[in-house]
Amino acid sequence: MLELDQVTKSFGSTTVLHPTTLSFTEGTTTVLIGPSGCGKSTLLRIMIGLIQPDAGTVRFQGEVFSPANQLAMRHRIGYVIQDGGLFPHLSASDNVGLLARHLGRDAAWVRRRIDELTELVRLPREALSRFPAQLSGGQRQRLGIMRALMLDPPLILLDEPMGALDPLVRYDLQNDLRDIFRTLKKTVVLVTHDMGEAGFFGDEVLLLGGGKIVQRGTLKSLLESPADDFVTRFIQAQRLPGHDS
Amino acid sequence: MRHRTVLSIMVVLCGFSETLCWSEDSPVVRVGSKAFTESVVLGEIIEHLISDAGGKPEHLAELGGTQICWKALLAGDIDCYVEYTGTIQQEILTGESIRGDESMRDALALRKVVMSRHLGFNNTYALGMPEDLAEKWKIRTISDLAACPELPRLKMRFSDEFLERADGWRGLRKEYGFPEVAERGIDHSLAYRGLQTGSHHVTDVFTTDAEIRLYHIRVLEDDRGYFPLYHAVMLTRSDLSERAPKVAESLLRLEHQVDNSTMIDLNAKAKLDRIDESRVAAEFLRDRLRLNVTLAGDGRAARLQRSAFRMLDNLLQHLLLVVISLAAAIVVAVPLGVIAYCRPRLGKVILNTVGIVQTLPAMAVLVFTIPILGLGALPAIFALFLYSLLPIVRNTYTGLSNIPENLKESAIVLGLSSSARLRLIELPLASTSILAGIRTAAVINVGTATIGALVGAGGFGQPILTGIRLDDFGLILQGAIPAALLAVGVQAAFGLAENWLVPAGLRFKAN
Repeated sequence: MLELDQVTKSFGSTTVLHPTTLSFTEGTTTVLIGPSGCGKSTLLRIMIGLIQPDAGTVRFQGEVFSPANQLAMRHRIGYVIQDGGLFPHLSASDNVGLLARHLGRDAAWVRRRIDELTELVRLPREALSRFPAQLSGGQRQRLGIMRALMLDPPLILLDEPMGALDPLVRYDLQNDLRDIFRTLKKTVVLVTHDMGEAGFFGDEVLLLGGGKIVQRGTLKSLLESPADDFVTRFIQAQRLPGHDS
Repeated sequence: MRHRTVLSIMVVLCGFSETLCWSEDSPVVRVGSKAFTESVVLGEIIEHLISDAGGKPEHLAELGGTQICWKALLAGDIDCYVEYTGTIQQEILTGESIRGDESMRDALALRKVVMSRHLGFNNTYALGMPEDLAEKWKIRTISDLAACPELPRLKMRFSDEFLERADGWRGLRKEYGFPEVAERGIDHSLAYRGLQTGSHHVTDVFTTDAEIRLYHIRVLEDDRGYFPLYHAVMLTRSDLSERAPKVAESLLRLEHQVDNSTMIDLNAKAKLDRIDESRVAAEFLRDRLRLNVTLAGDGRAARLQRSAFRMLDNLLQHLLLVVISLAAAIVVAVPLGVIAYCRPRLGKVILNTVGIVQTLPAMAVLVFTIPILGLGALPAIFALFLYSLLPIVRNTYTGLSNIPENLKESAIVLGLSSSARLRLIELPLASTSILAGIRTAAVINVGTATIGALVGAGGFGQPILTGIRLDDFGLILQGAIPAALLAVGVQAAFGLAENWLVPAGLRFKAN
């Protein structure tokens, strides 16, 4: 449902993404993982047209991304960033309903949909009338997810969504999110640098290094048969409680 | 004059001249005067003469200087005013070789302006100093002053105009060999007070100033004949003799009627005895030309001082200037700020341009706009409009540029078009900054709007201008205090407006 064909990107003389060909299967969750500067965020941003690739094409549901169709394409993709990226001048429910209202959906439909999503992401109802600055980090992130799900897009992209949350809040949200994605059968691409999170979410893990895909497979296959030294080192660099060496 | 507010509103609202209001049998004839008492008194005399000859007079008093009067005359905003031959030569026909009155008359005729014969007095520059001091050091002529051993201890202060003019201090200094005076300029009326209080000892005076007698000032003889002659003449548009022949002819009755001592006398009555200029003018016409002038109610200065409505009138005129110029500036500047944000290269040009506009002197803007916009509210509104652009453009641009990158991207990935992003996200997020820019512009505007008086647009600048001219501190305060209060009020009003103009969510920044 999402295919990248020979996509490359350089900033100045630095190549952040070498020619990359990739496809994502419908209904699966793929985690992009790798150290800082490996190109995982760039790859995600290319998928929604925030960054134009220097070469290659991005195809979503059979259509190639172009300036002419990118608005309509984005309406069919949910995108979640760190801390939710909520607009501070709009109330929580206005943040969630903004695009639907702008596209002319009727008020009753918007209200119903927000109610559904509030329940789905387990947000306290009273949070809906508040402004982002009055909410907790976890609540803001849940709202960011509601906003991404509003028009029920088949594809959800998440760029380090838990990065700013404390461990307990993150733990709860991780559980809720995985349930949501499984229930709704969404295609999900999630960027993280946390191996534990990658294993928890990902049907498949895609390890990037130096602007290239180094290894793709289940977390188990990465652990058992690392493709090279880099993979081994990256896996070993993750500290787990009780595994200090 | 009496209906200036109404007039201003009419001019602004309709945009076309008051031609419609002229009736066939009594042509409107407008006389202008500069912002000093002699000019205002002569303006009042002319006003009575117009009336006597069957015209409908209008006196645009206390205009902001030679260039404004001259441009207004050329533009047809006034039909006549009293000018001085020296000024004509130096400031109006600059760079032309004029020898004598006839050649001046010809040069003016080319510009469709008729110059009368001398009214009689020669109001030229001179240096003046307190009589006792002059006597003590035996200073009778300017050469005596230049040669006086006490000169380093004598403080000289001159009016702005005298310091700047080609025929003022610069030339005089060279001619008589004075040392450099690094002083700032001082208002002509205030200069006399300084002589009296001893804060300085020499200043420029005009030979017909009323204060010469009052403050016992010795006018130093210009023994080298440096100062050009400043004979008063009347400048009239040549089309007046077609439009109102009787009036044009009647005005010439003033020729050779006002000599130096008469003028000092008229000035003293108006300025020192505080007799209304209109009455001073009427008495002069009665005594000199056997003209019976009926004074309609109070005169100008009396109206200024007494009427409670005057304050309201000033307030309305002032608000008219501020509100219209600010509204126009908002309509233009906010989109300019948006363009500057969306197109960075064009943005640089825009920001630099409005920055340069801000540095234009108000007087220059007024003088340049009079040929197009005439006198009254319009040139003042235009100048205020220009000065309001910078704060609003800059704050709009800054407000938009300072929106955090992640919010801009959030709006993009939602799939909002650039215009929807601007309307729904970016402008609301920049609203605090934009409003702050508008508030700055408004407060500056309230203060700057006092320049309206220089072009006959009224406002709180009018009592200030008249107060300075008549040395009337109370009158100055009548303009200065309400203008300051208005600025404070505007500031407060914007504070309230912020509560419903800035989105509620943006006021939780503290958490």
